[in-house]
Amino acid sequence: MRTILKTEGLNKDYQLGGFPRNVTIKALDNINITVESDEPVIISVVGESGSGKTTLAKVILRLVQPSSGAVTVADHLVAGKRARPDKTEFLRTVQPIFQNPFEAFSRYRTVDAYLYETATRVAQLGRDRAIAAMEEALSVVGLEYKDVRGKYPNQFSGGELQRASVARALIPHPSLIIADEPVSMIDASRRLIIINLFLALKQEYKTSLVYITHDLATAYYISDYTVVMNHGTVVEFGEAKQVLQNPRHEYTRLLLDSIPSLDHKWTEEIAIDASRN
Amino acid sequence: MIKLDNVVATYTTQRGHVNAVDGVDLEIPDSMILGIAGESGCGKSTLMKVIYGDTGFPLDLSAGSVNYGFDNDRGQPVTSKNIQKEWFKRISYIPQSSMSSLNPVVRIRHQFTDYPATSKNKAETLEQVRTFIQKLGLPPEAIDAYPHQLSGGMRQRIMVAMATFQQPEIILADEPTTALDVVVQKDILMLLMELQKEMKNTIIFVSHDMGVHYQLTDRMMIMYAAKAVEYADTADIFREPLHPYTLMLTNSLPTIGDDRARAGLPGSPPSLWEPPVGCRFAPRCPLATDLCRTVEPQLAQHRPGRFSACHYAESVPQLKETIGHAPRLSDVAKDPAKLFADVESALKLDEALELATKVEEPAR
Repeated sequence: MRTILKTEGLNKDYQLGGFPRNVTIKALDNINITVESDEPVIISVVGESGSGKTTLAKVILRLVQPSSGAVTVADHLVAGKRARPDKTEFLRTVQPIFQNPFEAFSRYRTVDAYLYETATRVAQLGRDRAIAAMEEALSVVGLEYKDVRGKYPNQFSGGELQRASVARALIPHPSLIIADEPVSMIDASRRLIIINLFLALKQEYKTSLVYITHDLATAYYISDYTVVMNHGTVVEFGEAKQVLQNPRHEYTRLLLDSIPSLDHKWTEEIAIDASRN
Repeated sequence: MIKLDNVVATYTTQRGHVNAVDGVDLEIPDSMILGIAGESGCGKSTLMKVIYGDTGFPLDLSAGSVNYGFDNDRGQPVTSKNIQKEWFKRISYIPQSSMSSLNPVVRIRHQFTDYPATSKNKAETLEQVRTFIQKLGLPPEAIDAYPHQLSGGMRQRIMVAMATFQQPEIILADEPTTALDVVVQKDILMLLMELQKEMKNTIIFVSHDMGVHYQLTDRMMIMYAAKAVEYADTADIFREPLHPYTLMLTNSLPTIGDDRARAGLPGSPPSLWEPPVGCRFAPRCPLATDLCRTVEPQLAQHRPGRFSACHYAESVPQLKETIGHAPRLSDVAKDPAKLFADVESALKLDEALELATKVEEPAR
């Protein structure tokens, strides 16, 4: 069994304000998640804004130092005490996909420059092999190198640019991709194209994925494991279908009840409640 | 009753004129919640601006008119020409982003007394505001705060309170909950429904979330590339849509407990600069034939109260069944190449095309 993702007693405190009125905000409060599997998995992290989802992603990506605790990704210790992975080696293991592709790419640089740099610096390929790797990664996400070459971000639609940023993350063949709200900027009717792409990546590229979202329906659709977070703590963790179909924690139930679903109307709920009383 | 008569809204840009709303005819009965849905860029927000009468440069109402079905103080019928005088008295607007809509440097109570209708007796009005916002689940002191002191949900409640305080006949809500979490969103939507029931006004609600439409609205209009493609009761829209776009829109998102593989809507909407000849949805439509690519379908009544702009509206229910037989995700997962192929075939296979060609006389 390989350890895909393991966090041990992970804490992150933020200090707000100065003496004497400083407040400590526990963005992450003792997070213990262990996912071990030989097959690649998709782990979704769901919760409201301010629940600590993005802080967790940043800690795994080493953009934020945890206050205490450790993170292990693909058997490498990546964050916490004694974590000293080489930067290139780390980036070959973990790659990010961000929420807004238009902010992730500078508008003064061509998109293929980012892909080329990832291929030469992170994957450390020579010029010809780098271009071959770019072509391969772009074809996986359904884009063609000749269409991307020399274009600036504003010449893409949101969906295309997000797919290009997925392709960039794929070039070094990482074991884990962290996708922080990857579809929230994309039109609802075209979200599924990216979501299906993640499923195909898991199966064809053997890449595990941490899918951070507030959309429980898409989390149910693609994930194998689900982490439900609230106020910096993990309230429920387990197999996705189990957690989202038979939630055990009060908060998960509240989240599920609040989704505007298509099977029953909220107004009917009230009518039933009223008739009971 | 609000009547929209062949509304054409044009934006003037450096490249020339572009019609963001291109000929929408609509009759909205009184005291109901109408939902407008569609992809981004389909013209739903522009249509809202037109109904609100906010048509300054670069937007222009180049043809058609809006009739609101009530008279102003002088006894003249209110139309798109003079609706501006009724803003926040008889027609109000809840914008998407409460943070950028409330003035950050003045207290909220100033914004309640900012418009002429309430300026006569401020103290009295503020007392009324305090009692009113208590009804909406806000503490009365909230109006003494600055916007940044309140949470996103509270600010959105303030926006709802401002829009409903004068009990206007028409409330326009343009994606009022997209920036909020699901739990807060539910509270705000329930509040809107309760207020509507109490005040019996008309709410026109724009959202791209079909789930929200299902929960909230009584009737729905689906827009695609500046045109209305379907207009019917919400229950019918979800049970038996009569336009392939509506069907694909309701089918494009997964739900909890449903393991069927789903495909997003392939392709993207056409450019409004050069809209395609014939039906604008034809390039993405599984039912499209040569007729669709040459003759533009008009919004016509196919069943009582159910309008659709499709030559093959009668074949859409059958298409729905074909999609309903999409494979389970767990079966597809074993062979990933099949994931896209199968879903596509469920949508596009010859069956669907055969279905379409079987209908000899296109419904007009």
